[in-house]
Amino acid sequence: MTAISAMACPDCDLLQRIPTVPEGSEACCRRCGAVLIRNKPKSFTRPLAMLLTGVILFGIFNAFPFLAFKKAGRVQQTHVITGIRQLSGQGMPVLAALVAFTTIIAPGFNLLASLYVILPLNLNRKAPGMFHVFRYLKALEPWHMVEIFMLGVLVSIAKLAEMAQIVPGAAVYSLTALIFVMAAASASIDPHEVWERWEGPR
Amino acid sequence: MGALGGTPVMAAPLTARKAGLVGCSVCRLLCPETSSGRKGKAGKCPRCGAALHSRKPDSIVRTWALLIAAGILYIPANILPMTISTSLGQTQSDTIMSGVIYFIQDGSWYIALIIFVASIFVPLFKLLILGYLLISVQRGSTFRPRDRTRLYRITETVGRWSMLDIFVVAILVALVNLGALASIQAGPAALYFAGVVVITIFAALSFDPRLIWDEKEKMHD
Repeated sequence: MTAISAMACPDCDLLQRIPTVPEGSEACCRRCGAVLIRNKPKSFTRPLAMLLTGVILFGIFNAFPFLAFKKAGRVQQTHVITGIRQLSGQGMPVLAALVAFTTIIAPGFNLLASLYVILPLNLNRKAPGMFHVFRYLKALEPWHMVEIFMLGVLVSIAKLAEMAQIVPGAAVYSLTALIFVMAAASASIDPHEVWERWEGPR
Repeated sequence: MGALGGTPVMAAPLTARKAGLVGCSVCRLLCPETSSGRKGKAGKCPRCGAALHSRKPDSIVRTWALLIAAGILYIPANILPMTISTSLGQTQSDTIMSGVIYFIQDGSWYIALIIFVASIFVPLFKLLILGYLLISVQRGSTFRPRDRTRLYRITETVGRWSMLDIFVVAILVALVNLGALASIQAGPAALYFAGVVVITIFAALSFDPRLIWDEKEKMHD
């Protein structure tokens, strides 16, 4: 409880008292304008619903056909990992690893780690090591790039439109939905509400 | 401009460092500054376990190093081919810029704009802005700290979008794989470009915006 009443601005280090913020609004640093806390609805049921949906969509995204390339009677069917395999096969394993990390590993970790923290909180329990897991979650946030990958899909389709016929598969549709679901999940999780569950050093 | 300059300077703002405290960079818990030396091993946040630093360690040197490395990689990333496509025996190499030009000639100027912004403008913008912020901090500038902090926040959020071209290459390589009929290979620029994106993300993470404000406090002392 006391943890939230005072805070140092992460961007300018100004020490300030945090007023009680009405739900749906945010408190900003009075010196540099950084957002200090956002007061979101105090419930973990909505994030849980979003995360479970996200896990299903993520499974479809990885398992089902992604894009198909039709030219001169030949069809080239791909999955999400096809590009990663191709890159490493062409002597670019580092690039393949980067694409795998940003489109599969980081988003997958994000979903599972969020569930690990949020599911027990819904039952009013704390998962062991949840604060550490939540910290890694925050650290990996800049690296999960499904929305950028989606834009890459659109640009690729535009690029190949004249060359051949491109048929989007189930994975593309689930990717589209996944972007919104993951954004909604992270927008509905109030990190302060999670940190607040802490009671003193262990 | 005028509005900001006109605001009265607050009397000696109290920062966490002055109060002998450190705000955890991850969970923002206020912790007492541990006595274990100025620079070396910092304490750990009792709540989330993150290393506690009043200021990010060696922020300026690290950011400069990463920035220079990214700046060097930016050159081959733009000169060398990003993709090498073969179609019925004909081979064609495309750089980032030739991809942009292709879309302009094709009349899809909006796609050209997206690629130009994500692949050419954003990395260059990041390099220049971070360079400017570093120089301004090193010179002890007190010029519009609020705007400089905002500039930092923009570079931090916008940088990841440069990955766009890498994803396009990965998708093209997977899709266009019909042997002699049509195939696309990733060019060497893809690797250099990925280096630019990843290194500039780390550069933005290693810069500490609190340094921008430290100069202001020195004036009050």
